[in-house]
Amino acid sequence: MKLPSRTFSTEFNLRQLFTYAGLWLLPIAFLVIFYFFPLGSILQMSFSRGGAGLISPFLEAIQSESVGQILWFTIWQAALSTILTLAVGLPGAYLLARYEFRGKSLLQALSAVPFVIPTVVVAAAFYALLGPRGWLNLAAMHIFDLPTAPIQLMNTIYAILLAHIFYNTTIVLRMVGDFWSHVDPRINQAARTLGANQFTTFFRITLPIIGPAIAAAALLVFIFDFTSFGVILLLGGPRFATLEVEIYYQTISLFNLPLAAVLALLQLSCTLAMTIIYTRLTRRITQPLELRSRSFTQKKLTTWRSRFFATMIIILLFTILIAPLFALVMRSFTRLEPERGARTVESPGFTLDFYQELNINRRSSLFFVPPTTAIGISLGYASATVLLALAIGLPAAWALARHSKSPLNSFLDPLLMLPLGTSAVTLGLGFIVALNRPPFDLRASPILIPIAHTLVAFPFVVRSLTPSLHSIQPRLRQAASILGASPMQVFRAVDLPMVGRALIVAATFAFTISLGEFGASAMISRPEYPTIPIVIYRFISQPGAINYGQAMALSTILMLVAAGSMIAIERLRIADIGEF
Amino acid sequence: MRGNLFIIILVCSLVGVTISACGTTETTSIEPQTLTIMTHDSFSISEQVLDEFQNEHNVNVRFIKSGDTGTAVNKAILAKDKPLADIFYGIDNTFLSRALAEGIFESYQSPLLADIPDEFELDQNYDALPVDFGDVCLNYDIEYFVENGLEPPATLDDLINPQFKDLVVVQNPATSSPGLAFLLATIGKYGDPGYLDYWEDLVANNVLVVNDWEVAYYQEFSRAGGSRPIVVSYGSSPPFEVIYAETPIDEPPTAAIVSDGACFRQIEFAGILSGTQNRDLAEKWIDYMLGPTFQEDIPLQMFVFPVNQNAELDETFVQFLAVPENPSFVSPEQITANRENWINDWTEVVLR
Amino acid sequence: MIEEQELNVTNTPTLKISKIVKSFGDKKVLDNITFDVHQGEILALLGPSGCGKSTLLSIIAGIEKPDGGEITWKGNSINDTPPHLRGFGLMFQDNALFPHMNVFENIAFGLEMSGVKRDSVHEIVSATLDLVNLQGLEDRNVNSLSGGEQQRVALARSLAPQPKLLMLDEPLGSIDRALSERLMVELRTILRKINQTAIYVTHDQEEAFAIADRIVLMNQGKVEQIGRPEEIFRHPATLFAASFLGLTNFIPGLAKVQSGQCTVETALGVFPLAKPLEGEVTVLIRPDAASLNTQPGIMIEGELIEKTFRGNLCQALIDFNGFKLAFNFLSNSKLPDEGATINLILDPQEAISAYKI
Repeated sequence: MKLPSRTFSTEFNLRQLFTYAGLWLLPIAFLVIFYFFPLGSILQMSFSRGGAGLISPFLEAIQSESVGQILWFTIWQAALSTILTLAVGLPGAYLLARYEFRGKSLLQALSAVPFVIPTVVVAAAFYALLGPRGWLNLAAMHIFDLPTAPIQLMNTIYAILLAHIFYNTTIVLRMVGDFWSHVDPRINQAARTLGANQFTTFFRITLPIIGPAIAAAALLVFIFDFTSFGVILLLGGPRFATLEVEIYYQTISLFNLPLAAVLALLQLSCTLAMTIIYTRLTRRITQPLELRSRSFTQKKLTTWRSRFFATMIIILLFTILIAPLFALVMRSFTRLEPERGARTVESPGFTLDFYQELNINRRSSLFFVPPTTAIGISLGYASATVLLALAIGLPAAWALARHSKSPLNSFLDPLLMLPLGTSAVTLGLGFIVALNRPPFDLRASPILIPIAHTLVAFPFVVRSLTPSLHSIQPRLRQAASILGASPMQVFRAVDLPMVGRALIVAATFAFTISLGEFGASAMISRPEYPTIPIVIYRFISQPGAINYGQAMALSTILMLVAAGSMIAIERLRIADIGEF
Repeated sequence: MRGNLFIIILVCSLVGVTISACGTTETTSIEPQTLTIMTHDSFSISEQVLDEFQNEHNVNVRFIKSGDTGTAVNKAILAKDKPLADIFYGIDNTFLSRALAEGIFESYQSPLLADIPDEFELDQNYDALPVDFGDVCLNYDIEYFVENGLEPPATLDDLINPQFKDLVVVQNPATSSPGLAFLLATIGKYGDPGYLDYWEDLVANNVLVVNDWEVAYYQEFSRAGGSRPIVVSYGSSPPFEVIYAETPIDEPPTAAIVSDGACFRQIEFAGILSGTQNRDLAEKWIDYMLGPTFQEDIPLQMFVFPVNQNAELDETFVQFLAVPENPSFVSPEQITANRENWINDWTEVVLR
Repeated sequence: MIEEQELNVTNTPTLKISKIVKSFGDKKVLDNITFDVHQGEILALLGPSGCGKSTLLSIIAGIEKPDGGEITWKGNSINDTPPHLRGFGLMFQDNALFPHMNVFENIAFGLEMSGVKRDSVHEIVSATLDLVNLQGLEDRNVNSLSGGEQQRVALARSLAPQPKLLMLDEPLGSIDRALSERLMVELRTILRKINQTAIYVTHDQEEAFAIADRIVLMNQGKVEQIGRPEEIFRHPATLFAASFLGLTNFIPGLAKVQSGQCTVETALGVFPLAKPLEGEVTVLIRPDAASLNTQPGIMIEGELIEKTFRGNLCQALIDFNGFKLAFNFLSNSKLPDEGATINLILDPQEAISAYKI
């Protein structure tokens, strides 16, 4: 009796091992080819170009007073931004997790829109709302009869924090909200009947249970804020610099590649440190949960208290996430010129000119694309990114969740997050240096764009999926395999349906990241196939009122495309998993 | 399940079409050769101008945009062992000597250089040939000065007068190409370290510094609803305000200050990348870029001016165009040698 | 044994539920619910799923608010008391244990909330674990326990703070039959031992019969019948109650009152009725109230279709003029062969109930 059982168990372990290795094969191959190889090449080239060896750029960085200041600023602004983003996002996540109400999917779709808007357009939106001549200041000056603008937000840390909240709240809403929506509300009710008040229940019960999802969201938000570039440049002004800004300056303006490489490594090691802390933390707090379907956990807004609460949160989210965008939409339909004197006969006000102009190739430029084509190109890249990111992220997340005790996992898990914390400038140059040989001479290939987008989207996919995959009770999988299901069948029968929602969240992230991405698309673009953000940038980087108007019009179209896609993805039910 | 399969197929085919569409430019008709041109993200050209070249030489021209000027130059340098393209276009005089020092170009003395004034030919080895130029100048909002009964400034010296307090917005030379150009204008005019005194006065007059042209021109400049009526932009911006007005207007709402030493001239160059397999075609393309057809196409595509003196300019353009006779000058070698120090000193004076 | 246990139950109502009304949207979930719970009593709320019993429980716990009506505890209204101040305990169907705490922490939670001192917490927790027969499991991760163990931890958790009232929401619902039958007995013994007032919600009549002192039978948001288990089983008050208890021998009839005597005419014959009724009725014939012996009663004749042996009982399916009715006999009864004619004697007092349609 003993012998057969032992053979069985070795066989089983061997099979497990093969499955495990098989799962990692694709993700690791992808990362090695498109991340580690380019990054390693550029770093190696940077140090060899310095001629002064490996040590001296490090000494230069350590001795430089400004590097220390920049690092300190980068860390604290990211930490503060993350805390504020959680403060805004968590009540919203609770609302989306626990209540079912009309317009909810619209709210969810709209909250994702900021994520896709290029920073240069967000800067325009913030100026329109909060700038020296923005709506708020004009209104305040009018009401209180002030001679100067009372709100001086632009080029301050507050503008940076606001913009980070604006961008990243959707991460908290989605990652925490969706996980929370599957947590059995009766666990809280049990605490309440055992004498805990709402406050204690939240801190002692709810927070530890949704902790892994909060930690995952916080990590992503932190890394995004930590590597912030456009927001710092455009809204923070010249007095603020993050590591990413300094890397750009050292690389592009000064061509001081060794120092830039040191800074890139510094940024990378901070990301790695954060990720390791995260991994340790979540390993401690993650518990298997009985995940519940949303029809079970969600209530209608019936009481006055819940309605009031919901209204306040929706107002908050609208003010922070939607109002700035609304200013842009208004601007895209408004003529401004005649207000400035009697030079023209036509009256100011509503116009569709900017939209009509989008279809006209006035300069008969070779690179002109009508908006429909740009939309098509953007959607094409975004769809490719979703497929690629899921194809690579799903096996990685599964391997992480299924074999959570494996030592290889504790090593690989933090590595997966690195692409997010890597300087875009550095990696962009890395592609040029490394991918220059067949079969990977992709330096001028449009395929490089979804690949670059996937590098950013991939950590999101993994982080969206792992909390749910972790939470699946092992006995469910055991039950399935005892009933004769192969590992693949277990995955299809148990894991997939239970993480269906998380899968949709992951797809949504991949999609929006690709739709809004600007940096990589601009650095490696074939001009005949511009994405919407690229075309917006083309308009806004040229003088002339109609160019600016067109940039606003196309931004409005981008918002519509993003919101529409969000709603479509929400509706997309992959087999029967959409409900869960 | 069938529905999802359909969606997946749809998405795949969409991607497939996009990708294959991208490939088709490289493989059509009777095996035309391909010429690849690496450039920055502001490059543009008319369809018919390109077609003319493609048809004449039975060639497919492929463009690769590689980010802003600095990024594109750096990429060309890093790729010099395995060049991405046959031609690089768009390096300006602030980055020129960096590229020349790296030796990324092959020399080519085009016969069309005869039509180009010597002042543009900054590279005597003809590794890099001048194609176009633009002046970075202060622009002001005419309406603002009319409304407030103020005389607009005429020189850089004027800006430090009290009546222009709170009125000027400039860009950070560390992050913005016009910002660097304007800093160079002040260095050319006041010398080193005289420019720092000038900037100290500007700071005392409460100059506003932002990081990018977009923020300066479209947010802080009073023309677009901001509060500052004087902005660092291009000499060509006023005519473009007419050409790209929301509603047709007869004269520009802005003007450029072009007095001696007030502007800095950015000259853009093109060169044949070392190691090209298409040297003949590359030469033809350089000649084409310097010839009248392409040169006349430049202003409306890229908002800069042709260097070829035979090229004729668009009427509206000429009408409202103010070209500085004596722009401030700093040589490319000086720029490369001192860029970091100048920017650091400027940062010390202006931002701290 | 039963006699002795029932002595502990007082007749003073502590919890009074009066005229509770609750709707979700247009749907009325609870309609005028009124009943009392006595000190030390185990009361079962029995009914099919969707009858409103869980909602009622949430209202008593304070998790939901009623649209109308009042709940009082020892005469004081607790309508506006939040759940954590009611001092009630609630045990959920699938235990709702805190997944991030071990056994000790789960059980101690309620004690900490009511401010019990550290030393006493340890004492009470281990005493409670003794009570539920889980001695020494304090440090175990709750996710590593078996289903039955988890259920007992959940019971211990809700008992530890010594709730004035313990509510159990289908506590054995997700456990397999054999285990739940054992736990049923254990549960009653534990609750009895500490004289715990409890409300036990279930859809399973056997569970309710086994555990409860009294049963409130609910259907579609209304109370159908309140009574002791044997009362309800012997005399279901409504047609719903009868069919919910698994009784199936229904035939149509016509009830008449003639000179003070109430009778019902059916295809099987005319039977006297205890309660006065008139018009079309449904007549229930209890399956265990027929005998083969000659004793006083009404004799009916039918054809024996099928005999099924079930341990010490034998079920006979008999056709009476086209109505197929099932009757239970002791296994040693001398039943005729299948296909043969069979004569049964019914005691109308015991066997016949009629319900207005």
